[in-house]
Amino acid sequence: MTANGRSALREMAEDFLFREAALLDAWRLDEWVDLFTDDARYVVPSTDLPEGDPARDLVFIDDDIVRLRARVARLNSRHSHRESPRSRTRRFVSNVRVEETGAGELRVSANVLVYRFRSGDGAPYVGTIEYLLRRKGGDLRIAYRRAVLDMEDLAWHGAVSIIF
Amino acid sequence: MDIKDLIVDDRDRGVFRVHRSCMTSADLFRQERERILDRCWIYLGHESEVEAPGDYRRRTVAGRPLFFIRGKDDRIRVFLNSCPHRGAMICRRDAGNAGVLQCFYHAWSFSTDGDLIGVPGEDAYGPHFDRTEFCLKEPPRVDSYRGFHFVSFNPHVEDLVTYLAGARDYLDLVVDQAERGMRVVPGSNRYTIKANWKLLAENSLDGYHLLPTHRTYVDYMAGLGTDESGESLAARPPGAGKALGGGHCVSENISRNGRPIARWHPIFGEEARERMARVRRRLVQKYGEERTYRMADTSRNLLIYPNLLIMDFVAISIRYIEPVAPDRMEVTAWHLVPREESGPALATRLDSYLTFLGPGGFATPDDVEVLESCQAGFRATEAEWSDISRGMLNPRPGTSDELQMRGFWRQWHAHMQGRSRTNVQDRANA
Repeated sequence: MTANGRSALREMAEDFLFREAALLDAWRLDEWVDLFTDDARYVVPSTDLPEGDPARDLVFIDDDIVRLRARVARLNSRHSHRESPRSRTRRFVSNVRVEETGAGELRVSANVLVYRFRSGDGAPYVGTIEYLLRRKGGDLRIAYRRAVLDMEDLAWHGAVSIIF
Repeated sequence: MDIKDLIVDDRDRGVFRVHRSCMTSADLFRQERERILDRCWIYLGHESEVEAPGDYRRRTVAGRPLFFIRGKDDRIRVFLNSCPHRGAMICRRDAGNAGVLQCFYHAWSFSTDGDLIGVPGEDAYGPHFDRTEFCLKEPPRVDSYRGFHFVSFNPHVEDLVTYLAGARDYLDLVVDQAERGMRVVPGSNRYTIKANWKLLAENSLDGYHLLPTHRTYVDYMAGLGTDESGESLAARPPGAGKALGGGHCVSENISRNGRPIARWHPIFGEEARERMARVRRRLVQKYGEERTYRMADTSRNLLIYPNLLIMDFVAISIRYIEPVAPDRMEVTAWHLVPREESGPALATRLDSYLTFLGPGGFATPDDVEVLESCQAGFRATEAEWSDISRGMLNPRPGTSDELQMRGFWRQWHAHMQGRSRTNVQDRANA
């Protein structure tokens, strides 16, 4: 692929990731979950096993689309106590890398820093997110989203209570 | 305040109150380190975490840096993680495999059974240097029960089986579910809660909070077609709350939905039906109907006093609580599974775990929040007492009746006053 083609591809992926980050920071979770395909998977491995496989290992989160929608319904509820009232978050997405997999899919990775503030306290979630993005019409959809945390444990936050 | 007045236990009137300084006082925190954490058996790890000779795991247990390692003779040994020479940590990774253990400071090296086997420039120490004085040091007591390894820093502690008292039978109910023994799957959930450690011991046994605190979990499960509607507490089977002696307690529920071992529910899919029926037949053959019923159809949240929980409901979680300050605890949770399970059976179980449990699950984050909220509320020191009286006059206490939490607190109170084991029950069921 030409250099121009590569940057166009990266721009497309970045636009998508920036839009996703904005939706999450604004707590527009219903719109966010609509970015996923029906066969999507959202995985957050345990901090002590970043390469963890949910089919074999203990992870924090392994959602198919049914559980992901339920997670959003939960986070929209005032009974989701860890995020009710909601925390303030600000996401920074950088070091975006894109690769074509063929079959109309893009393999994308990005470094992500999310500052979360709540209850007089604030701390970052830091890590990398790997995506499989599928072209749909002129847009992209998330078929796979694996968010790997760099922290050694959840000492600051006590939970993965927001979407990382 | 005198320690004896920290708990009000009026068994005639059915009043049980805990003074909130038990959760906030730095003095009491120091004292409970000496009188409880340094006296009891404390959980270290599971045998399956070190399967091969040389496999090791690093842990902090009751404040001490430790590691355990499987020797070439297949024995698991536990060592203080501090070089006998100058103190540096010998084991500097959470997990790994080693044939020889070498300190990185002066390169002294040790065998996997703890013997000093190498000292650079040993001649310089003169003729009286004795390698045997510099073996890796073990905690005063080490013991295991059915794969669960414990340590104690109290040389005079009773043997582990005696210590486990009535909790032993409940551990058997967990371990016996497996045909070929249990194993811990790779990966652990490690999180910190800014609250006193005893609040999590309490919360893990507390049936009363399930519906109000975990409403989003209940709604989610109900949406999947399980029988988890948010009906009143009175309409639910009461289960049983029990004090098992020595501070060990259990909250025992009758499962209305599926359980991964051998209670099928449509939520697990048609594929699982025959598989679970087979497991059930095996269990009945080996243990009989009644014990199978208890293993498969009831669930249990078991507290091994003081700071270990075996949560056996949607899956089996080992939850260890490390107290680090009056208002701070570190929690580590592992997932225990039958060794014979793989493929779809294991997938069902791993998936079931994540619905409720863990800091990314649909319930644990709310427990973290509620405990931190209690701890923050304790700063209003004029509100002095927490009430744990529920069901104290009920002759057949259920899981919402808090007897199991009183059992924990009664042992805590006895230890804090320098007394040993207590088996005080509520008057109603003494």
